[in-house]
Amino acid sequence: MADPTVTVTVVDGAVHVSDLPGRWSDAGVVITTADRLDDADLAGLGVVAGAGPDVFAALNDALSAHPVVVQVPRGVRLDAPILVVDHVATAGLATFGRLVVRVGEGAEATVVHHATSGEGAVLTIPLTELDVARGGRLGYLHVQELGAEAWQVGSLLARVDQEADLQAALVGLGGSYARLRTDCRMAGRGSNTDLLAAYFGEADQTLDFRTFQFHDAPDTTSNLLFKGAVGGRSRSVYTGLIRVDKEARGTNAFQTNRNVKLSDDAWAESVPNLEIETNDVHCSHASTVGPVDPEQRFYLESRGVPPQQADRLIVGGFFDEVVRALPVAAAVPAVRARIAAKLDRTAGDLR
Amino acid sequence: MTVLEIKGLRAGVDGKEILQGIDLTVRSGEVHAVMGPNGSGKSTLSHVIMGRPGYEVTGGSVTLDGVDLLALDTWERAQAGLFLALQYPTEVPGVSVESLLAAAFQAGGRDVAEAPALVGAEAARIGFADRFLGRDLNVDLSGGEKKRNETLQLGVLAPKIAILDELDSGLDVDALRDCSRRVEEATSETGLGVLAITHYTRLLRELKVDQVHILVKGQIRHTGGPELADELEDQGYAAYLDPEPEPEAPAADPFADPFGPGPFA
Repeated sequence: MADPTVTVTVVDGAVHVSDLPGRWSDAGVVITTADRLDDADLAGLGVVAGAGPDVFAALNDALSAHPVVVQVPRGVRLDAPILVVDHVATAGLATFGRLVVRVGEGAEATVVHHATSGEGAVLTIPLTELDVARGGRLGYLHVQELGAEAWQVGSLLARVDQEADLQAALVGLGGSYARLRTDCRMAGRGSNTDLLAAYFGEADQTLDFRTFQFHDAPDTTSNLLFKGAVGGRSRSVYTGLIRVDKEARGTNAFQTNRNVKLSDDAWAESVPNLEIETNDVHCSHASTVGPVDPEQRFYLESRGVPPQQADRLIVGGFFDEVVRALPVAAAVPAVRARIAAKLDRTAGDLR
Repeated sequence: MTVLEIKGLRAGVDGKEILQGIDLTVRSGEVHAVMGPNGSGKSTLSHVIMGRPGYEVTGGSVTLDGVDLLALDTWERAQAGLFLALQYPTEVPGVSVESLLAAAFQAGGRDVAEAPALVGAEAARIGFADRFLGRDLNVDLSGGEKKRNETLQLGVLAPKIAILDELDSGLDVDALRDCSRRVEEATSETGLGVLAITHYTRLLRELKVDQVHILVKGQIRHTGGPELADELEDQGYAAYLDPEPEPEAPAADPFADPFGPGPFA
């Protein structure tokens, strides 16, 4: 994957979009703020989110000033990822960033969404809408690297139409309290979604993920793999629901959440749920919470690797199943480096 | 010359004593086989020497060239020159044998830059496919590939003493030949001392054994030369087991009919 061609920078809610390459604008690709859209495109906004699933989504709906819109027309395949950086610089600020990605029929796009903030206390209530039309393909990577004092209550709402494919990956690293709700709707027959997450808590962080896999149409597939580590006194919560509508025959839906506890004071909770209204389905859910496997540690130690180094290798390897599958290959080394830095900082918590 | 000296070793799990005083000395270049029936304590012996968690040492000593191994952490024992090839090598997703051995080199103060070439050379020697080197440790490997992988690590780390815990279980004859031959070569090339724990004599076809020890109920009952392995192959362990206690005569039934069942029973 090439370097990003277009960068959207949002600082304290103010949006700047870099110039589109000529081949993209010629093909009708639109990357702009909502106020610059024509009426026809404007009418299509918000169809995925609707009024929003909860009060935070409704707040975003009411208060987002400059929604960023990425539109890829039918049949257009973007040859490089789009980078959206959402930074909150000013302490005391609350922001309501909105990103709408619409991939047309048979079109392809990749979006990297990087959330950051400064040192101070900030509140961010972002909402992202992903709309993948029939036969389209979208790769979406969200890297949450907010400052240590930041609070996030975010929503990610996706709709995947007939034969379309969504690869959505979440990397949760920063924030004091960071919550992200993901609602993914397999709306068209034969649609497929892979949902991945890697999250790593340290110190007093709380990381909270809530996922919904809605299967509304027949022959749809969703595959969720969330992996997390908690060190220090940090906490993580995973709550997930697979819901299979009675129309959704031939559904394959999987949900796996694995957590490693790196200190006695850390805490991880995992609550998977299934709600199935038809018989013709393959569904499974699995969740685990536990310390580093003592068998694995012994094996590495028996080769002469000290326990802290062994645990670093094991936890790094634990995340690798997710990291190597991220939808943006160019981001993989950076994510690995972030996890390694986290492991450096939590190494004292191990054992 | 290196000496692994086990003296009066007693150890157990959850208060139950499994090893009841083991004496065994392994020197550089020697191959000792510890054989015995299931449940005799063979695997416990290998795990206790390497310091696997869950075992409690209740007496005796284990020294490597005079260094008290039981006082060291597992990784320090490995760095002192001890190696354990596991019967069931553990799967470690996301960690490759290359990165494991690089970490071991680093901890031991060896040049990490030398590791990849050594790993490649050992892989070729043991017949371990290159494509496995960057993959997850022991994940989706066949029994034979797992044991080749263990032997590859032995070759790269070049320990002074290797404990092989049933290296001959769960693998095909080709892998068994390659692995046992590689260990045999190490005994002459680097003076490796070997403590091979096994059920079967097939391991000892390529690996030339100096002494065979028969372990029964946590004690070494008998020690002999290579011919002892052949004898066991023919006759089994029966001669070395405790005689089965005579079954007690069933107690008389106080309610039995004293006249017997009678013609109408």
